Amino acid sequence: MMTQGDSVSPHPEPIEGRGETANPPLRQAQGDGLPALAEEKPLLSASGVSKFYGSRIGCEDVSIDIWPGEVVAVVGESGSGKTTLLNCISTRLMPTTGTVAYRMRDGQIRDLYRMGEAERRFLMRTDWGFVHQNPADGLRMTVSAGANVGERLMATGARHYGNIRATAGDWLGRVEIAEDRIDDQPRAFSGGMRQRLQIARNLVTGPRLVFMDEPTGGLDVSVQARLLDLLRGLVTDLGLAVVVVTHDLAVARLLSHRMVVMKDGRVIETGLTDRVLDDPRAPYTQLLVSSILQA
Amino acid sequence: MTVQPTGLADYNFAYLDEPTKRMIRRAILKAIAIPGYQVPFASREMPMPYGWGTGGVQVTASIIGPDDTLKVIDQGADDTTNAVSIRAFFAKVAEVSTTTSTAEATIIQTRHRIPEETLGEGQVLVYQVPIPEPLRFLEPRETETRKMHALEDYGLMHVKLYEDIARNGHIATTYAYPVKVEGRYVMDPSPTPKFDNPKMDQSEALQLFGAGREKRIYAVPPYTSVVSLDFEDYPFEVNRFDEPCALCGAEGVYLDEVVLDDRGGRMFVCSDTDHCEKRRAAGHRGAMASEGTLA
Ligand SMILES: Nc1ncnc2c1ncn2[C@@H]1O[C@H](COP(=O)(O)OP(=O)(O)OP(=O)(O)O)[C@@H](O)[C@H]1O
Ligand SMILES: [Mg+2]
Repeated sequence: MMTQGDSVSPHPEPIEGRGETANPPLRQAQGDGLPALAEEKPLLSASGVSKFYGSRIGCEDVSIDIWPGEVVAVVGESGSGKTTLLNCISTRLMPTTGTVAYRMRDGQIRDLYRMGEAERRFLMRTDWGFVHQNPADGLRMTVSAGANVGERLMATGARHYGNIRATAGDWLGRVEIAEDRIDDQPRAFSGGMRQRLQIARNLVTGPRLVFMDEPTGGLDVSVQARLLDLLRGLVTDLGLAVVVVTHDLAVARLLSHRMVVMKDGRVIETGLTDRVLDDPRAPYTQLLVSSILQA
Repeated sequence: MTVQPTGLADYNFAYLDEPTKRMIRRAILKAIAIPGYQVPFASREMPMPYGWGTGGVQVTASIIGPDDTLKVIDQGADDTTNAVSIRAFFAKVAEVSTTTSTAEATIIQTRHRIPEETLGEGQVLVYQVPIPEPLRFLEPRETETRKMHALEDYGLMHVKLYEDIARNGHIATTYAYPVKVEGRYVMDPSPTPKFDNPKMDQSEALQLFGAGREKRIYAVPPYTSVVSLDFEDYPFEVNRFDEPCALCGAEGVYLDEVVLDDRGGRMFVCSDTDHCEKRRAAGHRGAMASEGTLA
């Protein structure tokens, strides 16, 4: 193990794609080459995670570290285990084997599956976000947009209506929803608006890590592009770490620093997004990339 | 097991058999030990339909003894059909004495009101509860509401109040206004007007709640804190009435509107009939009683 003052690498074990400075446009902080102290340890660290549904493999022996402020795209064909992996590392689905550790705000590293339920819920609604493909799964469809955004604040003790409403209004603005829609229910919103509302609802507590499962999946192409732009901006401004599941390599290209390619439940290739897309190494990834490029 | 003689061949004392009463008493003891927590119990069929206070009746039947004096009110009145028939039921199956006087009663079974006269030590108030779960309308899944109670995860209650203010400019909930008991469990005070909420706080009397159809019992022991939920900038307020009782002139009591004729004539009178009668017997007169016609 290296000591903290070691200048060779900011990380005990070099990870492909880390420490490289050539990953614009989101990595400004890294671009200075300053080894920020907080980034010396991964935020989330999964090791040997497997999930079996009976005899069927969901995902198998996946180890992955998520670093503060980095966007990791998990790609692969349908049924390759992307959602299973995402759910396993976000405590939504108990893995059959393996551990998931998380560095709390106080610096303590905790095994997520040994945490009490109350503490885990608190973590999920303060330090984490989860954006579902279908906004109805992540929103309360029968309460107003303002209450949807304010819920996490209220759940963590906010008791001043005026402040909650002001914060909610501010967040609606940030996701490009007109503030005068604050009292409308998401039922009255378009698909793109719902998805933006879901994002605001997740970001209001200033999380450090956000999980997303096909966040643009159900949207029209033009709406997708706008949402991706918005996401890119927010992720950069807030320095969020994001794990985004997508089968759309264009989404991965636009949003992520690093890519994880899955096939049959296993990770078959990881690396900097540009490198993986421009110079895929695994034959399967080559096939995946070329099929997209031809399309 | 001693079966108390009733003089009625077909019924055990207070209608329920002794094992059933013991089962219900165990639930009551548990409810008292965990103020505000809903204890499941094996609700029995009673000789009256659900919605007519079968939960309250079972609680009363389990705690009543030959020396008790029973008062039954419905919306504050002793003389409504429901109150009269429950009172007659216990006079028959338990041979207890009954009263309409709040001060004389040792057990008061109620639907929708708390008497105006402050209750004292040794008195028991038994509420008939239709829907015991305060989170029901926000989260229909029982598995989830139980978890929310267990984890003290009550953000949703404030979401409801937020929606109220967003829609009406103030907290418009006037009945079944949610409370927090002893700083722990959020509880539905049954459909009493929020006017009565402050009477629950630090009451000298024991308060028991029975929901027959939903099979739940909960309790507020004497001298327990009961706080109505609110926001800092929208604090809990009780309903105020512009005029005093038209019959007895009482102020600061809960009034019912009574329509006098088909030309829009109406008056506001005490909902608590016993309180009103006592005041008039003591010589108090309201605006409509000045000629003595209603005394
Ligand atoms: N609840 C479940 N029960 C049984 N098998 C499941 C379950 N969920 C997923 N699987 C199986 O696990 C494997 C991985 O599924 P997963 O949903 O993780 O794939 P995915 O990569 O997210 O696919 P998609 O792109 O279609 O969403 C598949 O073979 C799938 O059939
Ligand atoms: Mg999936």
